[in-house]
Amino acid sequence: MKRHLLSAADLTRDDAELVLETAAELRSLADRPIKKLPALRGRTVVNLFFEDSTRTRISFEAAAKRLSADVINFAAKGSSVSKGESLKDTALTLEAMGADAVVIRHGASGAPHRLAHSGWVRSSVVNAGDGTHEHPTQALLDAFTLWRHLGEERRGGLEGRRVAIVGDVLHSRVARSNALLLKTLGAEVTLVGPPTLLPVGIEGWDVETSYDLDAVLPKVDAVMMLRVQRERMQGGFFPTPREYSRRYGLDGRRMATLQDHTIVMHPGPMVRGMEITADVADSDRSVIVEQVTNGVAVRMAVLYLLLGGSESESPE
Amino acid sequence: MPAAPLAHPGRVVLDARDIGRALTRISHEIIERNKGAGDLVLLGIPRRGVPLAQRIAARISQVEDVDVPVGSLDITMYRDDLRLKPARALLPTEIPSGGIDGKVVVLVDDVLFSGRTIRAALDALNDVGRPRAVQLAVLVDRGHRELPIRADFVGKNLPTSLSERVSVRLADLEDDGVDAVSIEPRPDATEVGE
Repeated sequence: MKRHLLSAADLTRDDAELVLETAAELRSLADRPIKKLPALRGRTVVNLFFEDSTRTRISFEAAAKRLSADVINFAAKGSSVSKGESLKDTALTLEAMGADAVVIRHGASGAPHRLAHSGWVRSSVVNAGDGTHEHPTQALLDAFTLWRHLGEERRGGLEGRRVAIVGDVLHSRVARSNALLLKTLGAEVTLVGPPTLLPVGIEGWDVETSYDLDAVLPKVDAVMMLRVQRERMQGGFFPTPREYSRRYGLDGRRMATLQDHTIVMHPGPMVRGMEITADVADSDRSVIVEQVTNGVAVRMAVLYLLLGGSESESPE
Repeated sequence: MPAAPLAHPGRVVLDARDIGRALTRISHEIIERNKGAGDLVLLGIPRRGVPLAQRIAARISQVEDVDVPVGSLDITMYRDDLRLKPARALLPTEIPSGGIDGKVVVLVDDVLFSGRTIRAALDALNDVGRPRAVQLAVLVDRGHRELPIRADFVGKNLPTSLSERVSVRLADLEDDGVDAVSIEPRPDATEVGE
């Protein structure tokens, strides 16, 4: 693997499958009395979160701690950043503290890339979500969840499996990372949403697109529902929430049209009643809670593969 | 570690029948030492320790008429040379459902060399539970210990030079389906352990 994980596109198929296989071994750790491995003893992982995200931050924190790393949480609110410190000065501070890895969540697309390639820090950089750009560890945990349900027993893993990603693709870093990674793993991706919520330039993504959820659902092996990110919306992307959920929400009636083995996913946080109804979210098909469990194993795998060996010892 | 190309197969020191006899003797010694097989758990160290543990368990079951739980214990993250090489892929750890607390755990590996693998395995075991006792069974003891560790059950003591490599091939893991232990000249002198 490369020294940083900035984009799902950084991963070759071999890299991605190594992460999935490593995560599969690490997942059994949750069943043991001592949920800790010594691989990153003496390493320091900094969680640098410029945007609120309890879910991703505690997932990374649990992952790093289970590998015996020291974890420093740096939330921008109430910190020197709110006093006007730049990303560069924050980075230099972290460097001076001896961080071996920086897990960064930032509202600006490209901030992790800047941090990794600016020469401000020598540590590995892991993108934990940047703006509307990418969220590669979410894509890896989604791929891992898909793989456990649809690929583990098969030759070729996820090769040829069909996945629909439904909803607010425009504002979703999860959708972009997932589309890239699932392609790498050989799956076929269909992005579904109203025309206003599919990004410009989507022709270049090498995925199918559709405006018609009902036509797509019976054909797919997995449905991934995205949250409508109203905090990023200024202006009318759809007339009313009610009309949106009628056309693009997953409810019991639509769920009945799925194939028997099809699973329902959601990266969270869910808005019940908007993109997904409660009966679907709580149904047997839903693997949403499992996605959270898998998130810790996948992030452990990423941190181990980036920091566990010798390559990160010698800065480029 | 891929086997050497057939152009230099090395000197075969144990063939399939020798390996079979050694494992049978180890199985009997384990039963004798522990006065039966009641509390035994066999844990193989991947990769080659795992099929060896399974074969020993099958032999013990034949003699004692009890099923001996078999599992595997990956030691990758406990290695003392973890930082010296790029991150390694993990190998499976499977602890039998009965756990290891209060049991007699027999660690099984193919070659005992520096002892560092076994030191790592003891650390790994510590995080899984608290066995009543831990014993060590190896197919080959080639000497050159770097830590105060010894095996309880040894298939064959094999005096070697540090410039040699002991290659264990097991039918379960090799394409050609042949068991053999051979001594070969070491291709690179830096590789230690395994």
